[in-house]
Amino acid sequence: MTEVPEHLLRRAKEARERMEGSGESAEAPAAADSGPPPAEPTAAEPTAGEGEKIPAHLLDRSRSAEEQAAMAPAAPGGPVAAAPPSLPTGPGGHTQRLLTVVKSGSIQDVKAMPQDRVHVWPHLLLGEFVASLFITAFLLIFSVFVNAPLLELANVNETPNPSKAPWYFLGLQELLTMFHPMVAGVTIPGIALFLLILAPYIDRNKENAPEKRKFAVSLMTVHLMFWAVLVMIGSFFRGPGFNFIFPWQDGLFFDF
Amino acid sequence: MGTQLGGKASDLMGQVQGSQAWTSIFRPGSIFRKGYTDSPRNRSYVIMNSVLYHLHPVKVKRHGVRVSYTLCLGGLSFFLFILLTVTGIFLMFFYRPTAAQAWDDIYILQTEVAFGLLVRNIHRWGAHLMVLTVFLHMARVFYHGAYKPPREFNWVIGVILLTLTLLLSFTGYLLPWDQLALWAVTVGTNMMGFTPVFGDQVRFVLLSGVEIGTDTLLRWYVLHVLMLPFVLIIFLAVHFWRVRKDGGISGPL
Repeated sequence: MTEVPEHLLRRAKEARERMEGSGESAEAPAAADSGPPPAEPTAAEPTAGEGEKIPAHLLDRSRSAEEQAAMAPAAPGGPVAAAPPSLPTGPGGHTQRLLTVVKSGSIQDVKAMPQDRVHVWPHLLLGEFVASLFITAFLLIFSVFVNAPLLELANVNETPNPSKAPWYFLGLQELLTMFHPMVAGVTIPGIALFLLILAPYIDRNKENAPEKRKFAVSLMTVHLMFWAVLVMIGSFFRGPGFNFIFPWQDGLFFDF
Repeated sequence: MGTQLGGKASDLMGQVQGSQAWTSIFRPGSIFRKGYTDSPRNRSYVIMNSVLYHLHPVKVKRHGVRVSYTLCLGGLSFFLFILLTVTGIFLMFFYRPTAAQAWDDIYILQTEVAFGLLVRNIHRWGAHLMVLTVFLHMARVFYHGAYKPPREFNWVIGVILLTLTLLLSFTGYLLPWDQLALWAVTVGTNMMGFTPVFGDQVRFVLLSGVEIGTDTLLRWYVLHVLMLPFVLIIFLAVHFWRVRKDGGISGPL
């Protein structure tokens, strides 16, 4: 189901407005503008009252055929000799007319359906521009009010308690409390990263919609939540000695 | 009077646009040659006859420009990278990566350099935000199944880009040379020291010694401002190129 490209819609709207604006007198020129279909000119001819479905030139032709038939008894043996007096041409001298339109899909093998596309300018670029403005404004305002931390000068002999890694590694540091360092610091993140890289080669399901790939979606959600929860525990729920605390009781031990 | 001025202005504009300098800057077909009027043809020219053609095609699938589909996350990650490069270059003017000078330089930057504190804040918060947007971009791509054929390899590049982003953030973490930096990096590199078989060597290469010191600072500075951005840009270029070669954005669902 494709939509009509908007420049065509706009053009049609403009044409409609032009027609309405200049009254009925403009109807004929407007029709001429838009390149009339073959049967159109006959509609203006006096036979319009007879029913618009039969083109006037066909009616003419049948009338002349009737006259011929009426003349025929006067000249016996005539039917063969009295072939149509004139070639059956249309009003403009056409010798062809449009019988039907065959849609391409019914007789051709259409390999790629045309996709509904929009111009990158302005539709995409404008959106990107606005998004970048928003993020710049957000960062600017945030940076005016919140200062980046600068603690006292680094001192190798004075270990702060607790010592925490950057927040995105706090999930790993959290794992360190549960497993041997080699498992927590290397094996688990290594396997996670490896599986992440291999995801497209492991997942053989061709479907894109989430409801048709429930297993993959659930697995990824569990995976993402696993790290998110660990990072949050490591960030906010670990105090001195990396012991479990509640931030609302013991305060925050977290620097960004 | 007004029309006279307007006529003069348009005459002048015509002269400028006809000059050799102008036509040498804007190639034939550029919308700046004759001025832009909104038409499908000019809409195509905006992209086709500008450097933007390296990044965007002339047309994209309609569903792809919906904010609710991409949430702009990939684009924002890239934009944050540019923002971080710009603010980072500013910071480089005032910073020397030695244990004796680094902290003082940051302190002076914050207290005495015009906009120094603001730019440092933007750099730091922008860096954290970029880790977040890259991570969310990955989640978005996964939930749309956008890593499926023919886009498998671009997903692999994406995971590499995520890793590079984390490394960039981590190497930058050390540079202020305060207690937070020193001990966060100590914890982080201790973890990497547990790499099986050659853990000590990994740690030695990372720290440029057996423990964190002024040599580490120089090493991480070079990694942070030169090597990792260089590698990241190369992977970014391949990432963007593959997006288009693999048929643009995925979907619709």
